[in-house]
Formats: sequence, C-alpha cells, structure tokens
Amino acid sequence: MDHSVTTSLLYLDGVSVSFDGYKALRGLSLTLAPGEMRAIIGPNGAGKTTMMDVITGKTRPDEGDVLFGGTHDLTKLDEAQIAELGIGRKFQKPTVFESQSVDDNLLLALKAPRGALATLFGKPAPDTRLRIDQILETTRLKDHRHRMAADLSHGQKQWLEIGMLLAQDPKLLLVDEPVAGMTDAETAQTAELLRAIAVDHSVVVVEHDMTFVRDLGVKVTVLHEGAVLAEGPLDVVSADPRVIEVYLGR
Amino acid sequence: MNPATDRLIDTRGYIFLAVLSAAAVLVPILTLVIPDESAFAMPPYLVALFGKYLCFALLAVALDLVWGYCGILSLGHGAFFALGGYAMGMYLMRQIGTRGVYAHPVLPDFMVFLNWKELPVAWWGFQSFPYAMAMVLLIPGLLAFIFGWLAFRSRVTGVYLSIITQAMTYALMLAFFRNDMGFGGNNGLTDFKDLLGFNVQATETRVALFVASCIALGGGYLVARAVVTSKFGKVVIAIRDAESRTRFLGYRVETYKLAVFVLSAMMAGLAGALYVPQVGIINPGEFSPANSIEAVIWVAVGGRGTLVGAALGAFMVNWGKTFFTGALPEYWLFALGGLFVLVTLFMPKGVIGLIDQYKVRRASKKPTAEG
Repeated sequence: MDHSVTTSLLYLDGVSVSFDGYKALRGLSLTLAPGEMRAIIGPNGAGKTTMMDVITGKTRPDEGDVLFGGTHDLTKLDEAQIAELGIGRKFQKPTVFESQSVDDNLLLALKAPRGALATLFGKPAPDTRLRIDQILETTRLKDHRHRMAADLSHGQKQWLEIGMLLAQDPKLLLVDEPVAGMTDAETAQTAELLRAIAVDHSVVVVEHDMTFVRDLGVKVTVLHEGAVLAEGPLDVVSADPRVIEVYLGR
Repeated sequence: MNPATDRLIDTRGYIFLAVLSAAAVLVPILTLVIPDESAFAMPPYLVALFGKYLCFALLAVALDLVWGYCGILSLGHGAFFALGGYAMGMYLMRQIGTRGVYAHPVLPDFMVFLNWKELPVAWWGFQSFPYAMAMVLLIPGLLAFIFGWLAFRSRVTGVYLSIITQAMTYALMLAFFRNDMGFGGNNGLTDFKDLLGFNVQATETRVALFVASCIALGGGYLVARAVVTSKFGKVVIAIRDAESRTRFLGYRVETYKLAVFVLSAMMAGLAGALYVPQVGIINPGEFSPANSIEAVIWVAVGGRGTLVGAALGAFMVNWGKTFFTGALPEYWLFALGGLFVLVTLFMPKGVIGLIDQYKVRRASKKPTAEG
C-alpha cells in the first residue's frame, strides 16, 4: 500500500460493478481526505448511486479495493458493520420512519449500542435528551419534534434525514441529492446546513443542482459511465471540454 | 421519548385488562356459585367456548406482534399454535395411563393399536407437567428460530416469506398426518382424562382453564406491549417502515426480526397448549393453512398494530363463525372471505381504526359547536 492509502479516509481503486452485463462502474478510483467535503456530479447512469451502494455495503464490487480509514476493507463488511464503522448515508428519496415522531427518528439514529438486548433492556444515555435537542436546533425542527415524520414537508423530511445522519455521528457522511424537490430558499438553507456539518465531518454530496454545488464551494468530481472524468474546483471542471460535452453542455 | 405513546398500558390497554379481569372473576361465579336453574347461570359449554376464543385471541396478539409491528406477514402461525397444542396433548395422553382402551401403562392407545413396543424418544419426559410446559414454549420457539434464522439471514421478505411460512405449516400438516411420525396420525391425540389430577371434563377444570386463558392473554398482551413500547419496539417498527434505512443506521435487522418471530411463536405455542384441553382434541387439521389465514383475518378485522384490536378481532370473527356455522353453515366461508375484502377496502385499520376515526371526528366537531 502506498502512502496515500493510509492517510485518506476513503479510498476507492479500480472498482468495477456490473449488473447482468451492464457495467455500472468501470474502474472507478477516488480518494477523500479526512475532514474533506466533496461534491460528485455526473449525468444519469454515471454510477453515482452505485458508488454509494458499494461504499455502504449494499452492493459488492466485482473487482477493486474499497478502504475506509486506510485499514477497513469495506468489500468484506455488511451494511450494519459499515454503519458501525462510522459511515452514514442519506438516500436520494427522503427515507425516514414515517409512523414515528421526529424525536423518535433521531433517538433511533443516535449513536448508542445497536444490539437487540441493549435496546430491549438498556436505559438511554443521560445526555440523550441534550444531543437530540442540539440536532433539532441544527436542523430547524425544534417546533416539530412531536409530529409524525409522515406529516413533515418534503424539505423538512430531507433535513430530518440529515439530522439522523448527524445523530449517528459518523466519520463520513454520504448524501445523495439532498436538495431534489426543494424550494430555492430550502436549497440555500440546506447548503448552509451541510457546510456547518462539514466543519467536523467528512462529507460526500451527490447532486445535480449546479447552483447548489456552487454554493457548497468545494472540490468537485465528475463521474461519467462509471469512472472519474474530471476532478477539481467547479470552475476548472466546468471549463473542461469533455465535461461540457457529456454533461454541462447538454 | 414520547410519554403519550410509550406508556406500558394506555387507556385502551386498561379497558382491555379490566374486561379480562372482570371475565376471570365473573365467569367462575356465574358458573359455579349461581345455581343452575337461575337465569344468570352460565352453562359449562359456554365457558369452554369463550375459553377457546381467549386462546385464539392470544394467537392473534402473537401474530399482530410480528405482522402489525415488524411487517412479517406469517401465514403459518397456526403451526406454532398446533405444536404447543401437541406438546400439551402428549402430556394429557401420558396421564391416561391404564384407563385407555388397551390399558397399557405407558403406551397411548394408538401406539398399542399400531403394535409398537416402546415409547418413541420424542414422547419421553411428557409424563412430567413442567417438562411438557417447557416444550410448549421451546418447540415452537426452536422451529421459529431455525426457520427465521434461515429466512431472515437470506433476506427473504414480503410475499415470498409469507409463501414459505404457508409451506412450512402445510409440510408439518402432511408430516403429522403420517402414522409413523408417532403423533397419532389422522386422529391426532384425544380421549384425555385428566390434567394435573383434575378431570378435564369437569366444570371446575373448565372454569380453571378459562381463568388460566384470561391470565395468559393478559400476560401475553403485557409482554407484547412491553416489547413494542421499548426502544427495541421502535427499531422493530422502523424495520417495518423502512428496512434498509434501519440497516444503514447500523441495526442488525435479521437479529431483531428473529427475536420478535421467536417470541411470537412461543406465545402462539402457549395459546395452543391452553386450547387443547378445552376442546379435548388436537389433530393435524390444526396445521391446516386455512387456520393460519383465518388468524390473519382476525388481526386485520380488529386492527393490525394495536394488540388489543387483534384480540378483539379474534373474538368478533370467531363469534361470527359460531353463529354462522350454526345458522347458515354453507355460507360461513363466503362471509369470512367477504369480511376480509370489506375490511381491506374500507377499514384498513380495522375496528380499532374506526373507533379512533370516530374519536377524532368528535374532537374536531366540538370547537365548532362551541364557537
């Protein structure tokens, strides 16, 4: 292993995945430094969601290395183990526990023992209340804490899910299209929220919305047909003729 | 975290437990104390009938725990009920002793009839009541554990899981029909004489079994309620509503499902064990897939995910069944099928859902009436 392997938080090298002959990822390589926030863009079918699936253990790659923290081989672990390692994921469609209150959604996500015996007989940690209050504050959901998650607006559900990610206190957050379907005001607030989170977490954001990516102001990776096409600041990347051809220029 | 919904016993639960306690006190009085010629006297056959309903209600609560809260639609819960029933039946058979037709001191009549010389290993120990009671819980629990471990680990869900639970109970039915299984084949186990030294036919024993069924239902309800109001219960509901989200939060979904499934199977086994002495027979027909499906209908009618509703549904549907099979026997299955369709279409939350709707409507009407 070379030096970069041990220092990067997330390291993907030559990752390939195919579904029934369709190659979703073709030798994808990507590294993320600890504390970094990265935006991933790319047209539909570029492999963004498949990449998330590989990192979180939902899909096993056919070949390639996926390392977390330089030591953990994510291709050998399942979803629950990877979540315990400290990788949190937000889905493209807001996925919260609809029939439970906002409070309970956060309680379930809050970092605590995950075993069946612990949840059946264990008492909540003394700072549980406080930590939930902090997250409600950050995600602007304080006034909605007793509402059922199903009754929240689309934007509020997205924030609740981001809040649940925060509650997990992961080392790395994977955020899939957080502003899809949001109003402009909500989009701006979400960018602000993610920037606040990125202060002490590493974040990977997959997004289509260019204004939003610009708002984030971070390094951008462009995926195309399951591999990295370009990487760098948004202005540099969006000036790249290959990027313009496959994505921006359409 | 939510004081209103996390209480162990809510208003509905208090009403339910009060009704059960009242029944456990009143039925013995009406049957044993009040003289038979009084208008208030309760005939013994009604005691056994209601006792049977209580066992069905416990089965419904068990099924609601896996289906209503964890989203596992088991179409084979009758198998756990029947296995508990068989364990009790085996104890009762061993109590007959020399009073059987062939008067063999150890072997039940059907074994003598089949010319068997020795008691099969599976029957060892069943002369002991504590051992038999342990088996009532352990055998269904073990089957649920093995079945659940294989199914949940392979992530079999939804309709596929329902189909294999159905196949499980069907396979067990076919197996128990065979004479060489050693469980009485087609005829099952019957002609019971006594339970813990008391004659199973005696009115006093029937009343005692009725009270025991009330306690078992109340206890089963409280255990189920304790589970669903804990954080464990919130995880289970989370699995029902968004399984992969729960997994990405780091919960081991298969462990949770397995725990709920095994607990539920044990409750169903207990229900079956109380059922057998009250009806006086257990045969492979109890494994019939139709029985398991009927149990699903009870839960749907009462209101899934409410526990009390499941018990209520078991009472209502079985009362309807008793009435129909007496008055219009050939129409019962149509009535049952029609009921299921109507409930699915118009009462997705069952009878309890209707009551809740009514309450909400009344609450929202009040301010307009005042203003």
